[in-house]
Amino acid sequence: MQYEAVIGMEVHVEINTKSKIFCGCSTNFHAPPNTNVCPICLGMPGVMPVLNREMVNKSIAAGLALNCTISRWSKMDRKNYFYPDQSKNYQISQYDLPLCLGGWLEIEVNGGPKRIGITRAHMEEDTARNVHTLGGGRSGVDFNRCGMPLLEIVTEPDIRSADEAYAYLTELKQILQYLDVSDCNMEEGSLRAEANISVRPVGTTSFGTKTEVKNVASFSGVQKAIEFEIKRQIKTLNEGGAVMQETRGWDADRGITFTQRQKESAHDYRYFPEPDLVPIVVDAAWEQGVAESLPELPQARRARFAKDYGLSAYDAQVITASQDYADYFETVARSGADPKQAANWMMGDLQALLVDAKQEIQDGLITPSHLSNMLKLIEDGTISGKIAKDVLADMFASGKQPEAIVREKGLLQISDSAALEGIVRRILADNPKQTAEFRAGKEQVLGFFVGQIMKATQGKANPKLVNDILRRELGA
Amino acid sequence: MTAWHQKTAHEIRDAVAKREVSATEITRSYLERIETVDDKVQAYTQVWRSEALAQAEAVDRKAASGQALGPLAGVPVSLKELLCTREGETTCASKILKGFKSPYDAHVVQNLKAADAVLLGKVNMDEFAMGSSTENSSIQRTCNPWNLNCVPGGSSGGSAASVASDCAALSLGSDTGGSIRQPAALCGCVGLKPTYGRVSRFGLVAFASSLDQIGPFSKDVRDAALALNVISGRDPLDATSANLPVPDYTAALTGDMKGLTVGMPIEYFTEDLNAEMRGLIQNAVEVMKAQGAKVVDISLPHSKYSVAVYYIIATAEASANLARFDGVRYGFRHPGAQTLQEMYHLTKTEGFGTEVKRRIMLGTYVLSSGYYDAYYLKAQKVRTLIKQDFDRAFEQCDVIITPTSPTAAFEFGAKTTNPLEMYLSDVYTISTNLAAIPGISVPCGLTAAGLPAGLQILGRVFEEAAILRAAHAYEQHHGLAMGKPALA
Repeated sequence: MQYEAVIGMEVHVEINTKSKIFCGCSTNFHAPPNTNVCPICLGMPGVMPVLNREMVNKSIAAGLALNCTISRWSKMDRKNYFYPDQSKNYQISQYDLPLCLGGWLEIEVNGGPKRIGITRAHMEEDTARNVHTLGGGRSGVDFNRCGMPLLEIVTEPDIRSADEAYAYLTELKQILQYLDVSDCNMEEGSLRAEANISVRPVGTTSFGTKTEVKNVASFSGVQKAIEFEIKRQIKTLNEGGAVMQETRGWDADRGITFTQRQKESAHDYRYFPEPDLVPIVVDAAWEQGVAESLPELPQARRARFAKDYGLSAYDAQVITASQDYADYFETVARSGADPKQAANWMMGDLQALLVDAKQEIQDGLITPSHLSNMLKLIEDGTISGKIAKDVLADMFASGKQPEAIVREKGLLQISDSAALEGIVRRILADNPKQTAEFRAGKEQVLGFFVGQIMKATQGKANPKLVNDILRRELGA
Repeated sequence: MTAWHQKTAHEIRDAVAKREVSATEITRSYLERIETVDDKVQAYTQVWRSEALAQAEAVDRKAASGQALGPLAGVPVSLKELLCTREGETTCASKILKGFKSPYDAHVVQNLKAADAVLLGKVNMDEFAMGSSTENSSIQRTCNPWNLNCVPGGSSGGSAASVASDCAALSLGSDTGGSIRQPAALCGCVGLKPTYGRVSRFGLVAFASSLDQIGPFSKDVRDAALALNVISGRDPLDATSANLPVPDYTAALTGDMKGLTVGMPIEYFTEDLNAEMRGLIQNAVEVMKAQGAKVVDISLPHSKYSVAVYYIIATAEASANLARFDGVRYGFRHPGAQTLQEMYHLTKTEGFGTEVKRRIMLGTYVLSSGYYDAYYLKAQKVRTLIKQDFDRAFEQCDVIITPTSPTAAFEFGAKTTNPLEMYLSDVYTISTNLAAIPGISVPCGLTAAGLPAGLQILGRVFEEAAILRAAHAYEQHHGLAMGKPALA
């Protein structure tokens, strides 16, 4: 039987506000245990939450970017369950009236667009972190994370493959980073993705039994886990077995998913409206204000780069991967340098230098003006592309402008035909055998002569001019 | 001359401001009074002798240096056990918080300190404010100063008893379904529950968050107005506190009721109300008429559902509010637990008293899947109807009067075996909290048994001024010889 996969994603994103969702504590991730805490996030007797307005702003921004409707009236609810990673034994979340409803996000599938439906996005507080490495049979709780602001983004079961899930996560992360609402760092847990996976015979519309894959540390891990899980479920069904509803973990080393928690009797969270908070009323003016502050989103920017700067779809994709990268490119392109050349250098030699040095483009010594000036030197024939590679490396190390490097190192390209003619004639005279071969029709020998001339000029000869003179001298 | 501990807060404040007496002398007078009579009344759970004297001395230094004094300068105040204070412990009269020290002061405690009040200590209550007699305290049994065999009412029984026994000039308590007004009535003092949102709840250990409100106990209505001035106002740490200006409530005390229309709910003045209580209220009506009030009948048709609605909503919220007392971070943790489940189970089983456990279970039940719509949601709908009853009634009148409690103080143990009968002690006060409106209880005479009765006056939301004016006019002109409890 032919099966298709049905996948829905739940993504928890830590929103990068300065303070926690309900108190003034810092959201700094790198702090010693239980230092970013106060009576409120510790759930001391008598304390009350106050909703962080910036959290609402950033959540509205994310909702709008995901084409959601922003609720004019929403509320927070209490989700009751006992666990030591909660300071109040209830989590303040949103139940039946979330802030963002009914949107979509477009991904590329086999060269075409596909919309993944967004069911909802709601605000909630993060839990603390239980620590079981203290020894002596003791466990501890670090409340620094307790009360960090989270946005949970839930999709419709529209995803049909591991690749689509990967594309969804990548696009989502890019959007959230463009919005500056989260750093989406999976290693630090500021983005956590869970996949609900089931399979069903192609052509049917009802859902199979789903498993939930949790606690995966990377997008590629999610992709592999989903691939594995789809195959496992199909195999189980083909062998006459049944898929069990359960939560499964991902063992990255062995490349398999494994049972973490069997389905218990459905948990009753006894949700009810949080009486310590007032309803969240977002009027049209508030929503409009956030809408007007939204930056150009990745998809729009990709399309514009392709159209305005003549980049290929692939190049546009790479160049817009991060906002800093795209901003860098756009600054270079607007300065009058050739956009395609700029893209090539950014994705090629410059990227290689950055990767080696573990630097981001915005942190390096090569500013957009450095790259732009270098591209102009190539364009006007001052230096060759080959020399430019050395200039780039020098700029990267010293931060000097390319003109200064060319001047100091005498890298000016030789574009004086008279000077080059002399050199060409000497090389031809020194190599009679090859000259004869060329005249006998062996075109490839031309490369040998170019190499010799470049060697003689330490690479500074203008390649086009060398070519012209050679052909003329050889009577070709 | 009357002893200082018998004087009102405004008399004390004025005398301190005029430097006729020092705050230290006042404080000593109260501490002495506590030593003399509180072993009988048992209102205080903690007396902060040295801290109180230090505060009083600070007020005296301030006065000596010619600085302006706060509106409660030198006034000795007692605090209900569920108001968070850096001083002493904050136990909510529960074993589960025995020894708990709050790392911060409640908003109202900060306000009292800023107003130069002197904090004498903390007073008893029903555990987590759940009860109407203060018998549900895990600490001690507080007696009614008028009859030591009777309860002081509850849950703020210690607050009422401390003021009635002249062991505090003012006290702060909390009122979720009548917990200020009912004990005030039973102990013969003034008790005010402000509009929900008038006073910040930050630092009040929550029982039912949508109903709880902090308010003052006092010896007269002027003191209640004075205290309300100090504790009211927007607090950025309480999202439900109202962002409205705070008027000077003492300015509302005109001494008459001209132009005020008083409503009497027909549902409350039936044969169910005992004749003695009805007579006392009827006398009060005559006094009000004489002061220029017009009296009309009004109807609160949904009031019969109040107790049922209250015990669904309040317990639902309480079941979540009390979940944090789990032994993980503070308070009592059962030493015998081996696993997490055991720690939760043993800690709560031993830490909470019977009534608290009963309400947690009730609240958990009404929120459970399959019951939420039938109980919690339905109760919220009826709550809206009850609120609308009051909205309509206040189109016909400015204030509403009722008895505060169906009976005067009862003997210990009289209602402990029948929780429902205990719950009915609050039949006249509960709907006020459901409707979020303000209410005050003012003494309206003594029963034949020599126990105080209370008149309850209710007003529109944020119209505390109106009920204070009516209560004050009544108090000034009722001509009753209430006297003082025969303690000592």
